[in-house]
Amino acid sequence: MAFAKDLQKVLKENIREYGMFIALFVIIAFFGVTTEGIFVSARNISNLLNQTGYIAVLGVGMTLVIVIRHIDLSVGFLAGFLGAVAAIAMEFWHLPLLIVIPLTLVLGAFAGAITAFLVAKMNIPAFVATLAGWLIYRGAILVVTEATGTIIISNDAFNAIGNGYIPDLPFLASFMPETHKLTILIGIIATIFYVRGAIKDRNAKKSYDFDVLPRNIFALQLVFVSALFIGITWLLSGYNGLSWTLVVVLVVTMIYHFVTNKTVLGRHIYAVGGNPDAAELSGINVSKITYAVFTSMGALTALSGILFASRLQSATTTAGTLFELDAIAAAFVGGVSVSGGVGKVTGAIVGALVMMALTNGMNLMGIGISFQYIVRGAVLVAAVIFDVATRSQGK
Amino acid sequence: MVAPILEMKSITKEFPGVKALDDVTFQVAKGEIHCLVGENGAGKSTLMKVLSGVYPYGKYTGDIVFDGKTQEFNDISASEEAGIAIIYQELALIPDLTVYENIFLGHEVQEKGLIDWNETIKQASIMLKKVGLDVNPAAKVKDLGVGQQQLVEIAKALSKNVKLLILDEPTSSLNETDVENLFVLLKELKKQGVTCVLITHKLKEVIEISDNVTVLRDGQTICTLNAEKGEVTESALVKHMVGREIDNIYPPRESKASNEVMLEVQNWTAVDPMLGRALLKDVNFNVKKGEIVGFAGLMGSGRTELAKSIFGNPDNYQVEGDVYVKGEKQDFRHSQNAINAGLAYVTEDRKGDGLILIQDIKQNITLANLEEISPKSVVDSNAEIKIAVNYKDSLSIKTPSVEQKAQNLSGGNQQKVSLAKWLFVKPDLLILDEPTRGIDVGAKFEIYTIMNDLVEQGMSIIMISSELPEVLGMSDRVYVVSEGRITGELPIEEATQEKIMTLATTH
Repeated sequence: MAFAKDLQKVLKENIREYGMFIALFVIIAFFGVTTEGIFVSARNISNLLNQTGYIAVLGVGMTLVIVIRHIDLSVGFLAGFLGAVAAIAMEFWHLPLLIVIPLTLVLGAFAGAITAFLVAKMNIPAFVATLAGWLIYRGAILVVTEATGTIIISNDAFNAIGNGYIPDLPFLASFMPETHKLTILIGIIATIFYVRGAIKDRNAKKSYDFDVLPRNIFALQLVFVSALFIGITWLLSGYNGLSWTLVVVLVVTMIYHFVTNKTVLGRHIYAVGGNPDAAELSGINVSKITYAVFTSMGALTALSGILFASRLQSATTTAGTLFELDAIAAAFVGGVSVSGGVGKVTGAIVGALVMMALTNGMNLMGIGISFQYIVRGAVLVAAVIFDVATRSQGK
Repeated sequence: MVAPILEMKSITKEFPGVKALDDVTFQVAKGEIHCLVGENGAGKSTLMKVLSGVYPYGKYTGDIVFDGKTQEFNDISASEEAGIAIIYQELALIPDLTVYENIFLGHEVQEKGLIDWNETIKQASIMLKKVGLDVNPAAKVKDLGVGQQQLVEIAKALSKNVKLLILDEPTSSLNETDVENLFVLLKELKKQGVTCVLITHKLKEVIEISDNVTVLRDGQTICTLNAEKGEVTESALVKHMVGREIDNIYPPRESKASNEVMLEVQNWTAVDPMLGRALLKDVNFNVKKGEIVGFAGLMGSGRTELAKSIFGNPDNYQVEGDVYVKGEKQDFRHSQNAINAGLAYVTEDRKGDGLILIQDIKQNITLANLEEISPKSVVDSNAEIKIAVNYKDSLSIKTPSVEQKAQNLSGGNQQKVSLAKWLFVKPDLLILDEPTRGIDVGAKFEIYTIMNDLVEQGMSIIMISSELPEVLGMSDRVYVVSEGRITGELPIEEATQEKIMTLATTH
């Protein structure tokens, strides 16, 4: 059958890109069966997505850091520290939310710039510079929470970021009262944009005689992705609809996806990762790119800290523990290359989902925390083996 | 003919979609120096990888008979065991280890896992004497010159009781004296019964040293020529390598150099801050509009450092002196400034700091001038494709699509991509650093033709080259660099190989 043959060929050539989606699908199916459907219930999927938020945004930033051949170990406790700063600013200094959030983001960016200074100007390996950051920010959290211990956050608007959902269309309140109409609408609009964009892109490529997916496979891809969009939004609309966390993650993903794929800055980032010497000689200021990437990592770390503090409705002394490793794992599972220059921000989102789905699913199955660590470690290794093994394949 | 030490019979090796070796036969007689020549992509390296076990037995078809036995090498250590050693173009020494540690790396003088260092040093000294290298065995390899390092590699091979020594492009980074020394050594080893296979692009060397020459083309054995019978001549080699006769490898051109000075460099000095060593001393030169200026000299004479230190100084040397472009004084803090002033630099090392191998052709071509196709900083991918396709056609880059990754191209085509990248910044002055190193005769001719077209259009070119015939064949004027100084300037009418060599070895 021609179709099956085409499908096999396409899968083989693009196994790197599809691999993690397949992995995610397998994990969902597995837990769906073993938990007798609880895992795929609207409530759990919604919960899973919200849990993933603060790791996903870190994963996005970490992907770019690894793309330019560095690493950032400091993000976990920096996120925790900045979450505590936000809590203190609201609870003790009584600053309004609209000042606290930008302030936290700017502080994060500043912390990232310090890392960049150490790495780009002082030529300290990022591993060492950010390991120092790891220690320093860990101490910093303890310092600011020393007097009070856990700081309870009473600002409802702040807490809604991690726990709230977008409002529904008010004028349709009586129509299908059990369903979140705005969520479905957003899903439909997103699907339309995706389909239009994909078709336009394919036609443009065809006009240059470039290789494109065969028509039948392309159609299959459109149907599959559309079904995924509609399916997820339908599922979520049956629970409370889109959460604010998910909105934040989606906006961050869209911005970073655009910047990395379409802009000069994005190109320069991948060029520096692919070959820093060649990039430098081509007129790209490698040091500036290093600043840009670490500063963005810092700002995303602040965002992660806000999401986490908001979700817990408090700032704790241990907030941020091991976030950096989860973020690094998300980036690698998402296909970022160990040797730099390759990796997509959308991959990091999927990678974060894979890691969080494992935790969530195993929790539902009642598997103990010790065994969970072992499984997640094994999955991480498998992901990197997969990356190395498939590197030579495809174009 | 003496009994063969090596017979490779009907070797066929396929990669997906390509037959890299097609029924290749290769025979080497005991105790001879045998050259293996062919254009890039002819299959020389693949053949050697089959021989050394990089492609294990079973991944190719055909037979290898070595030292009277049919061999089935599964990995490199198996072929080494049998007495085959390969010395690659990129030397495989560890710079921070000493000479004696390097020589015995992998086959240490040991007893029950403990290394006998005194015995190691003693034996290393014997090996060094054998290869005629007079250095302290306790010196670190990084402190040796390239030529000396190569001798260390040979000493390493000898310490393993090598019977067949294979040298892959051994002279590409050596100066003339080192090449002489190497050849003397090879002839000496020949007397001691070591058989030697030499892979090289340099036909003069083939003629000088070989007993027999095997020519490969497109994965097939074309012929084996015998030196004693007088078959090894330059024209015969070129004919068999390219499959056609090339009368003049330098396309003719009328000098169009004007009096307008494009680039003027005065009292240029550079110091490497890490080593505290002066790289360039009081360099003065100029380049006129529409002129090709050749920079001749030995490896390591400072020509690449000169180009880089002017072109935004990416290695952060301490530089002093003045640079004028079209009469205006410049202060290039970064390569971006140099590019903006109309300069472009095609690096000597395509893979090292030239191309981004994991990215595709179009991304490489537009990299240095992305802004041009990016209104509001958003890359216009349609414009990008058009530009890449244009250069692909005008420079005849051989590739199925501009979406092909740079790493999948041959050396000549990579060089063209590198050139396209710098042509796209539309420079007034193009610096070409070893523009034809490691690329085959056909591609060389194409590069020369492109250079002629560019100066015809009024561009100026600085060509740094270690190949004297190329310098003489292409330049309008020649500067000779030695040990960081310009030791001479010759109009092309006065330049000869002898004069340049004399100046290049003047200190």
